[in-house]
Amino acid sequence: MSRSTKYLKVFAYTYLMFLYAPALLLPIFSFNASQVIAFPLTGFSTQWFETLLYQKTLHEALKNSLIVAISSSILATILGVLASRSATRYSFKGKQVSLTFILAPLVLPEIIVGVALLTVLKQMGLSLNLWSVILGHTLLIMPFSILIMNSAFNNFDISLEEASLDLGENQFGTFYRVILPLVLPGVIASLLIGFTLSLDEFIIAFFLTGTEVTLPVYIWSLFRFPKQLATVMALGTVLLIVSLILLSLSEYFRRRTATTKTPVL
Amino acid sequence: MSTVVQIKNVFKKFGSVKAVDGVSLEIEKGQFFSLLGPSGCGKTTLLRLIAGFEQPSSGELFIDNRSMYGVEPNLRPTNMVFQNYAIFPHLNVEQNVSYGLRKKNLSVMEKVEMIDQVLKLVGLSGLNHRSANELSGGQKQRVALARALILKPKVLLLDEPLSALDKKLREQMQLELRHLQRAVGITFVLVTHDQEEALTMSDKVAVMFDGRVEQVASPRTLYETPVSQRVASFIGEMNFISGNVLEANDRISVNSQILGKLSIPCSKVFGDVSEKQIKIGIRPESISIVANTAKKKGLISGIISDTSYFGETTYYKIECGSKADTIVVSAQNSFGQMDYKKGEKVKLETDFKSLVGFMG
Repeated sequence: MSRSTKYLKVFAYTYLMFLYAPALLLPIFSFNASQVIAFPLTGFSTQWFETLLYQKTLHEALKNSLIVAISSSILATILGVLASRSATRYSFKGKQVSLTFILAPLVLPEIIVGVALLTVLKQMGLSLNLWSVILGHTLLIMPFSILIMNSAFNNFDISLEEASLDLGENQFGTFYRVILPLVLPGVIASLLIGFTLSLDEFIIAFFLTGTEVTLPVYIWSLFRFPKQLATVMALGTVLLIVSLILLSLSEYFRRRTATTKTPVL
Repeated sequence: MSTVVQIKNVFKKFGSVKAVDGVSLEIEKGQFFSLLGPSGCGKTTLLRLIAGFEQPSSGELFIDNRSMYGVEPNLRPTNMVFQNYAIFPHLNVEQNVSYGLRKKNLSVMEKVEMIDQVLKLVGLSGLNHRSANELSGGQKQRVALARALILKPKVLLLDEPLSALDKKLREQMQLELRHLQRAVGITFVLVTHDQEEALTMSDKVAVMFDGRVEQVASPRTLYETPVSQRVASFIGEMNFISGNVLEANDRISVNSQILGKLSIPCSKVFGDVSEKQIKIGIRPESISIVANTAKKKGLISGIISDTSYFGETTYYKIECGSKADTIVVSAQNSFGQMDYKKGEKVKLETDFKSLVGFMG
């Protein structure tokens, strides 16, 4: 191995360590017997996980988060399917511009999006509740949804669609019987990614939430009580594991969107 | 015989490109009809116009005496076999074949019977539950055929269906398609760039160049009396020998440096008859090589400048006088017989009945 690749390797491992080591602290402290988040560890305990079971406000926040995550991922996926279908299949004026605008939340600072949405909703005289959070999250998830669906639709062989029409099926039937089944893995991937993104999103939820807080906002509020820190660690550990599972699943489905294109002869 | 497809002065423009440039055609019921031409000649666009995937920029199209203006592909009495077969990858053979039956009000028993019948017809009996991904190229092709034929279309459209298969399988499928067409009696319209394929399978062939139909004729007529030099050279090989027109009556008398004085009936001369120059067309197999010692009127002397061996035939390039006057001759090989060598002096005998003329 040459010198430079050796240094590169050291750099890569250091990088990964800085990236993930803090996350590893979560499970370590969540099983620690002491309330204080500090080394040395004082002993093994599952009591912080047990307290999770009895926190009513936590359950309420979890319920809110699930409602928001499920609604916004479904909403964003439906919109994403429609947008990327039209973007890949048809050409029309302003296609590039509108795509750019839809993808913009990907690079816009969330805090700006959050403040802007808050201002608009307030100006319109709407009250803040779970719906405002759902709308905000939909906006945030849609770019991801479109990018996933674009790759699914780009791999879609147009002659399959034509074959379906040719065999007597109308546009709607063709979408339902041929297009949807073939891009379904992409749809599932988009739903899972959207769900994960929404579940741990804080900034927009913080700005747009009313009295019903979502889980991340609830966790943030717990930090005011040092005694609760260990419980937060336990909660964090659970969320970490759930997120990892969801992301792996979505990656699995994204790859399943195998190309339907036959090689050009 | 009645007409099933009628195309009247159809144009199709994509932007500024004229893909189909004023085509009129009539296709008779029960015929095996081919659209033949080089790539980019508009033959596939014409097929897609018939299928309804494209709408003509102008002109009219009738199928079964019904105007197809604004009729969507799913409502046309046509079905298509796509170049890449377009087999639905998430469905098995049976589901693919019965795809178009959903809208027809049929009982399960009727459907099963129809599926079995059509699978037998295309030689896929028993493969009902084979998944689409497990099919070979030839099998996919058969599924595509079955899927279209089960709907009993007025016209079956085939877009270069054999181009993906290897030579052996292709030749086998050519015969099978021909038999199949005879058996079901449905009008087939085939798009191909392979002249051999068009000649062996079709009742009638339309040769297209640059968006226009140059000639519509039976394979034999097309081969023996092509109406233009490019049709002649697209359908097999042809020698074009220059000559001067001496007299133009019901026969055109010609003086050619190589062939001497001869005449061709008017019916086999194409182009503007007031021209003074003519190209005489002779197929390579209409010339035969005879020994240099032969004494006979009308023989042409030449020197063999090149030979290429093709198994059953050998092609000879023969210089007659100058290099510019090279004639290609093909000769049937018989087993063990000596062929002519490069540089050898030979004499050529022409079958004058086979000559065609192109003015200009």
